Amino acid sequence: MASIYQYYARWIREGKLKVNSDWNKDLKIKFTVQDPCQIIRKSFGDSAADDLRFVVKSVVGEENFIDMTPNKSNNYCCGGGGGFLQSGYQDARRAYGKYKFDQIIETGADYCIAACHNCHAQIHDLAHHFGGNYSTVHLWTLICLSLGILGPNEREYLGDDLKEVNVFHPETAM
Amino acid sequence: MSTALIQLKSPKKSTFLNKVKEILPEGGNLNLCLTCGACVSGCPATGLENMDPRKFLRMAALGMDEEITSTPWVWMCTMCQRCIFVCPMQIDIPQLVYNARTTWPRETRPKGILGSCDMALRNDSCSAMGTSPEDFEFVVGDVLEEYREAQPEFAEMEAPIDKQGAHFFLNQNSREPVTEPDELLPLWKILHVVGADWTYGSKGWGGENYCLFLADNDAWEHITRISAKQADDLGCKVFLNTE
Repeated sequence: MASIYQYYARWIREGKLKVNSDWNKDLKIKFTVQDPCQIIRKSFGDSAADDLRFVVKSVVGEENFIDMTPNKSNNYCCGGGGGFLQSGYQDARRAYGKYKFDQIIETGADYCIAACHNCHAQIHDLAHHFGGNYSTVHLWTLICLSLGILGPNEREYLGDDLKEVNVFHPETAM
Repeated sequence: MSTALIQLKSPKKSTFLNKVKEILPEGGNLNLCLTCGACVSGCPATGLENMDPRKFLRMAALGMDEEITSTPWVWMCTMCQRCIFVCPMQIDIPQLVYNARTTWPRETRPKGILGSCDMALRNDSCSAMGTSPEDFEFVVGDVLEEYREAQPEFAEMEAPIDKQGAHFFLNQNSREPVTEPDELLPLWKILHVVGADWTYGSKGWGGENYCLFLADNDAWEHITRISAKQADDLGCKVFLNTE
């Protein structure tokens, strides 16, 4: 049993995943990252959180990463977990998520990376509901962007600032 | 002071708290609360339904079973375990919440969670969207073919299902194959680039387990066992969580 974050980190260290942050050197787009409770606090702890940060920094550039406070095993749950997203208690779910929203806004980041689907759906909804100006993106999207292999149809969650950056086979846009 | 006093009923022999203590390792430390409130101050669910983790535990300790097994707050605590993380006594409040969920008659639990669990029980995919193994295989094959053609650098890329002896067994959140299949590609490309030997299972590929959130013990175990058995039957070495 393992988390793919651990393997992303390992593959980068082993030189199999040749990511770099050159694409963001001039753009200087800022990123923060959500630590999913299930993977970090409840399963693999801070070592997986460190792996996650290693991957993110390798991909977006160390200077373009801003951590939330608190973070890693001490992070706040986004409010999407435990079935909350499907529970029907929408107002309560968003009131809960306001902690996360404020945490993200505090970083000033343009993007929140959410590699867990519950987190992704919740953090995406929080931005929409509370009028946040950040985008919510999967980690695999950014890894492929960095590798120059992210096609035009794989950019659903990228904002306008990244829709046209490093596009792989732009002629296949649908 | 004009605050209304909480009226305690006569002590019962077997309270809900005692029942939960019996099934948890070390009794979940449920008797060790120092009432410090560290759990409350760091819990985003504090205040919802006029409840918080310490209050929930204290009410359980006072034998207020009716109140704690009827408050909808148990569906607003995400069982994220931050309260345990900050607790000096490592008290397992989330398990108390989980077991309070189990006391709700199944049909009265939140419809969305119930529906997603029932969907997962429809077939061996164990997908909360009810997707059949056949539909999953079709989508994976179809999307793979489309991208092999559109992006010739990935003409050799694979997305195997039930590949015997693959190193990694991958699960996949149903949202991708069902509603946004283009999102499958970045993951597959990464696995291709690093040369990973991987497979999905036709059984148990669904990455989510809403039966766990529903607190349906038999159902969540059933789903977990299907996934685990498929990984074992295929001889996979690592169950790789893709979320």
